[in-house]
Formats: sequence, structure tokens, C-alpha cells
Amino acid sequence: MSTILMPEPDEGILARRGEIVAALTAALPEGAVIHDPAETRAYECDALTAYRCPPLAVVLPRTTEEVAAAMRVCHGFGVPVVPRGAGTSLAGGALPTADSVIIATLRLREVLQIDTRNRFIRVQTGVTNLSVSAELEPLGFFYAPDPSSQLACTIAGNIAMNSGGAHCLKYGVTTNNLLGARMVLTDGSIVDLGGPEPGPMGLDLMGLICGSEGQLGIVTEATLRILPRPEGALPMLIGFDSAEVAGECVASIIRAGVIPVAIEYMDDVCLREVERFAKAGYPDCQAVLIVEVEGSPAEIEDQTARIRAIAEKLNPVEFRVSRNADESLAIWKGRKSAFGAMGQIGDYLCLDGTVPVSKLPFTLRRIGELSVQHGLKVANVFHAGDGNMHPLILFNANKPGDLEKAEAFGAEVLRLCVEVGGCLTGEHGVGIEKRDLMGAQYSPDDLTIQMQVKDAFDPGWLLNPAKVFPLEASRAHRGLG
Amino acid sequence: MTEDDLAEAIATAHDTRTAILIEGGGTRSHGTATLSTRAHSGIVTYEPGALTLIARAGTPVEEIEAALASEGQMLAFEPMDHRRVLGTNGTPTIGGVVAANVSGPRRVLAGACRDHLLGLRFIDGQGRILKNGGRVMKNVTGLDLGKLLCGSHGTLGVITEVALKTLPRPETVTTLAFQTTAAQAVDLFCTALGTPFEVSGAAWLDGAAYLRIEGLEAQVAYRAKRLSALLPGAEPAAPDWAAIRDAASFTGPLWRILCKPTDAPAICARLGGRVALDWAGGLIWYQGDADVRAIAPNSMQIGGPLPTAPGTETLVRNLRRQFDPAGILNPGLMGA
Repeated sequence: MSTILMPEPDEGILARRGEIVAALTAALPEGAVIHDPAETRAYECDALTAYRCPPLAVVLPRTTEEVAAAMRVCHGFGVPVVPRGAGTSLAGGALPTADSVIIATLRLREVLQIDTRNRFIRVQTGVTNLSVSAELEPLGFFYAPDPSSQLACTIAGNIAMNSGGAHCLKYGVTTNNLLGARMVLTDGSIVDLGGPEPGPMGLDLMGLICGSEGQLGIVTEATLRILPRPEGALPMLIGFDSAEVAGECVASIIRAGVIPVAIEYMDDVCLREVERFAKAGYPDCQAVLIVEVEGSPAEIEDQTARIRAIAEKLNPVEFRVSRNADESLAIWKGRKSAFGAMGQIGDYLCLDGTVPVSKLPFTLRRIGELSVQHGLKVANVFHAGDGNMHPLILFNANKPGDLEKAEAFGAEVLRLCVEVGGCLTGEHGVGIEKRDLMGAQYSPDDLTIQMQVKDAFDPGWLLNPAKVFPLEASRAHRGLG
Repeated sequence: MTEDDLAEAIATAHDTRTAILIEGGGTRSHGTATLSTRAHSGIVTYEPGALTLIARAGTPVEEIEAALASEGQMLAFEPMDHRRVLGTNGTPTIGGVVAANVSGPRRVLAGACRDHLLGLRFIDGQGRILKNGGRVMKNVTGLDLGKLLCGSHGTLGVITEVALKTLPRPETVTTLAFQTTAAQAVDLFCTALGTPFEVSGAAWLDGAAYLRIEGLEAQVAYRAKRLSALLPGAEPAAPDWAAIRDAASFTGPLWRILCKPTDAPAICARLGGRVALDWAGGLIWYQGDADVRAIAPNSMQIGGPLPTAPGTETLVRNLRRQFDPAGILNPGLMGA
């Protein structure tokens, strides 16, 4: 038994299943509505696979108007709607309930406009993150946010979760790169927010919807900021025989006024697995930093020298600068495949708390202690430059009680992140996974005002209703008095 | 004045249905203020190694900039000082900067104030003391109310404390100048910002376009050389970027217009009067008698009421009712 509860499905809605499917089918083109239980099963979970439940139906629209038509039907019947991109959420953000309809953005795949003069691209939000940059590559531009799931994840999901990635130390996360959005509201009305001009007209509603986890509407089109590709980039590996010294190195680099594009961290547990899996040539030590700098060859050399001077004061066991494109690829391949490599040795829970960079050494030490206490191994691989940690708690899903043990350990780590001045989630989102921990970070009033914002957009609480807010706190808002 | 005192004043105003005009340092006065955050002042935490500063709303921007300068850091969004243009005295406060999302020329590279806001504390229209976000760079825990409050001009709540991302001050700065028309300037900006040379300011005024390049010494020299080779007519220059930031060459009523950069030349032509450009053409400063709203809807007169995006009126009204049920916070300022 897993520990996160979802509300019981509404019997009234389940009883009207046939009517709802018929109304959706009538409102949408052929093939856009899936309701055969054999097929809806494919949508029963996202990447938080411990939690599963097939939805009542799945809608796969191709246009904003079709999304609006589906929303109107659901609104009419009072059916909960679970928005879904590619289903790569690690937080259960796209987990359905039996009485819900999934509206997926997968078939919204058109690139609508590329404007390199004003530096934006406008896309339907079902396009994948990586394909946006692929479109731009021949033009010498790229889209900066690069979550590890970028091959599969969609822009819709990136907006819903305000996704980050390895390079956001310099370029920011989705919210810093989103210029405009077309959104379908719960009643099926369509609203345009932001655009290519710099700054909102009135309130920054687009800033609000970015990261709102499908609570406020479904974004069907997005205008994204694009950037000229840097002349070159170069990663370097810095190995340390102490996690704490590695943490100190991160703070020293940032303090020195050199802001690299990325500073990634991997600990010994992770390094060994990744090395076996990806053969990236990582050194065998307690902690490795991957630091990447960008620019012309001379600029790169200048920045590398500055970083070397800082690192060498801390006696690294290795300081290795990539010598060619193959070595650079291998260095990043190891980092990007870390989650997959860890999956080879068993099940894991991937956490996502952020701590102030200065608290990294302390937090790493505490996680080590908690690992001993809970009797579960943990591997650390994360974006160190911005303090966004991803401890992977290793457990055995086939061993009764192990998942619960891992979840209890995870909850303690996330509370630790909040205690040292950080937060529960840096880029994966709350979803169901961290829903019941929200009280650790926010007071009842802090949560109430957020739920009131949802009231303003979605008074019937039909959009992703059992996510983000603790169920007990949201009861009254969900109309359950 | 403590946060609790401010909350009590707002709760009383809520109970008595008394409208409050809120101000920070009084540099952009909208009328006679009945609540000022000026006395709620002081830097709470500054941690240069984590690029983080937390300050109370009434803290003067000058005080923050001095503290950052002593550590070789800055507020990268370069907030403008409205005093010159509006002829006001007062002292710009960090709360006022965030409430109005005030950003300067470096916005083209580093983003706006809202992009550097990590978290905040504020008091809503019922007098509840609330917080959102935190003090770390990456945080997606719950709804991002910081973005909503930033630029809400006090209509959703009174900001009492802000956590901001700081950045290293550039080692070197250089500027290239070009003699151009406004239309030529926009064309030049589009080309320059399409290069990887990280232009950190792109402004045009009085017949000259300026490109600013900042960074490490070797970087700046190299980038200036490459840009000069790409764009004919470049001359080294040393304009006062603070004056550009503050639109200091204008006095009296001034319009601030936001547009897609390549639309700027046509808008300028229709406006007539006197114009200047910032943000690579995305920001037009305008002084004259044209019907500005008819020509460029995303516009406001400095010190005047703010427009609401068409189609969002109901959402905005609903939101304001949630944050301020009695309608007492800066009523009339943002369309409702």
C-alpha cells in the first residue's frame, strides 16, 4: 500500500459515463476521444509509476478550439479534467482519477511561427522540448530550458511545471523564457496572455499560470524566448574526496563572479553506477562537479583558468577539461543518463528539494545520516549551481513496506530542505507526491490565498482537483464543505 | 513601522471599507498616500555566495545597491529611478520597485525585476500576512504569486519583504554608438541581439543608437570587436546608462509603450512627437499629443493608471476580489 491517497471517485459521474463519452465524441473529431478501458490504461500513470488509475476517458485534441470544446463538455457535466503533456511528471502531476477526463496536448504539434528578428518562437504546446531547439538549430538559435526528459516532455508540461534543467543557472527556468500563452479556461473560454512584447499589459497572469500544474487552465499555444547559440561550450570535471569541499567549490565559483552555464554534482554512489552504464570516464572519488562555460575559444580559456584557480585552492583529486567534442559529449551523457543508470540497480524515489547553495554541504551530510537511520541507500545527482538537489532514494518495490519507508525518508529530506531555507520542489512540481507536505513550507493562510487564486480561475475546482494542495485543506474549496 | 502595524492598518481599512492609497518612497505618487511602507525598512539577509538578498519593502534602493557594490554585486535588472522624469523627491524603495516591476536597459539580457524575485511577504486586503516563494533560485512549490504581485502596483496586496537574486557586477563595460534613425536602430538591434555576444543594453535617443557590452575583460574586448566588424559605423562611446535608464532627457508627461521591437518604427511614425527607444525597440518613451492607447494598446502614462489586457478583465476582477474583497487597495489604478 502506498501512502498518498486520492479522493474517492464521484459515483454520480461514473454512472453517467456513457453520456459523457457520447457528448465528448459528438463535440470532437473522429479518433480524438479514447474510452475503451484497454486503451485508457495507457494513461493510468505518469513517471511516478507507483500510483495508477485509468481515467474515464482521454481526449486528444489537435487545436485550441478542440481543447475548448472538450473543456465545455466536462464543465457541463461537472467532470474533473486532468491535463497531460507527455506524462513524464515525476510528481504525479498527470495522475488521473476514475471519474476524470484526461485532456492531453500530445497532438498539438505545430510550430506556428519563428521570428529570429524579435527572438521568439510560437508553438502549439504538444511539441517536445527538444524538438523546439531542433527547429531552431539551423537558424543558429536555441530554447534554453532543458529538463533531463527533454526528448519526450512537451512544452505544455514544461509550462505547467515551470521546468528547469541543467543550464538554468545562466538562462533561467521556463518562466524566464515564456513570453506568451494561449490558454483554455475551465468553462471553455480562450484567453491570450503576454506576447512577443517585453512585459505584460496589466497583471502578470502568464507568470502566475507558469508552474500552476494544470490548476488554472490548459495552455495550448506558447510564445517562447529564443537565444542565439553560443560560439562554443566546454565542460570540465572537478573531482573531490569530500562532498563538503565540493559544495564549498560551488559557492566559491559563484562568489568569484564567474557564472558558468551549469554546475552539476554527482556523488560516489551515482558515479560508480553511471560509470558502469555510460563509460563516461568519470574519476572514482567522493564527488564530481561538472562545470560548463560558454563563449569563444579565448573566452572559454579565460573562464576555465579562473575556475581552475578557485578549484585548486581546494585540492581537487582531479581537474580535467574536455579536450574535444567526444569527451564533452561523454561528460554530459553520463550526467544526463544518471537517472536511467540508477534505475539499473533497482527502484528509486527521485526527490527535488532546493536549498541555499551555502547549505549544500550541511544538507548532504544530514542526508547521509538519514540514509543510515532509515536503512536505505541514497545517491545524489543534482544541479549544484542553484542548490536544486535530486537525492535518489533506493528501495525495492517488490519488498512490502519498502516504498513506504522510502517515502518517509523522502519526506524527512524535503522537510530538511525547508528548514535550511529552501523549498520542497525546485523543478518537478508538487503534484500528488509533495501535496501533503505543503504545510511544511506554507502556513494555512499562505495555502488559502493560493487556493483562492484557483477559485478565481476555476470556481468548480474541476482542473486537476486533488493535486498541489493537501486534500484536507482544499476540502471546502472543492465543494465538500 | 512593523509588518504587524501595517497589517493592522489594512485590517481596519478593510473593516471600515476605507480606500488606501499605498506608496513606497513616494517617487511615483498616485495621489495622497494613506499607507506608506517607507518605515518598514532594512536589509534582513545578504548572502553573496548564494546570490541572495532579502530586504524589507521600505529599504531604499540606494542602500541595497551600496551593500551589493561592497561585495562586487548588483541588481541585474537595473531598476530605473523615476524622480528625474516625474520631478518628485522621495526615495525609491525596493518594495516600490517590485510592486511596479521596474526594470532597466539590462532587461534585454538579464530579464525584468520579476525574473529576479525569489519570494516575498505581503499583506492582502483583509490584513492577512502572507508569504510566497522563498529565497532559492529554483522553486516551483505551489502557485507563483510573486510574479502576480510583482507589477500589481499594490492592487493585490502590500508587499512587506522581498527576496531577490543578485549577480556579480561586470568587470568591464563598453558601449558602441551609431548615428541612426529610430528605424535603422531597431534593425541594428535585431542583428546585434541575434549574435551570441550578449548585448546588455540597446537604446536609441537623439539620433544615436547605443549597444552596451559587459562582462569579463577579455570577453568585452572580443565582443566589441566582433560587433564592430558586423555593424558598420560603430564608434566607441561612454553614454550615461543611468540617464538612459531613467529616460532623463524627458521632463513632464511621458508615455511608456511596450511593443514587439520590429513594430516600433511604425508606431513611432504614427505617434510623431518626441521618442526614445530602449530594450532593443521593445520599449518606446514618448512625449506628445497623439492618442497613444489607440496606436499602441500596451502603454501607460508614467504616474497614470495601467491598462488591462483585453479578454482578461473578468479574471483580473475575480482575482482582485479574492485578494481584496472590500476593494480598498489602490482602487481604480489597474482597471478595477
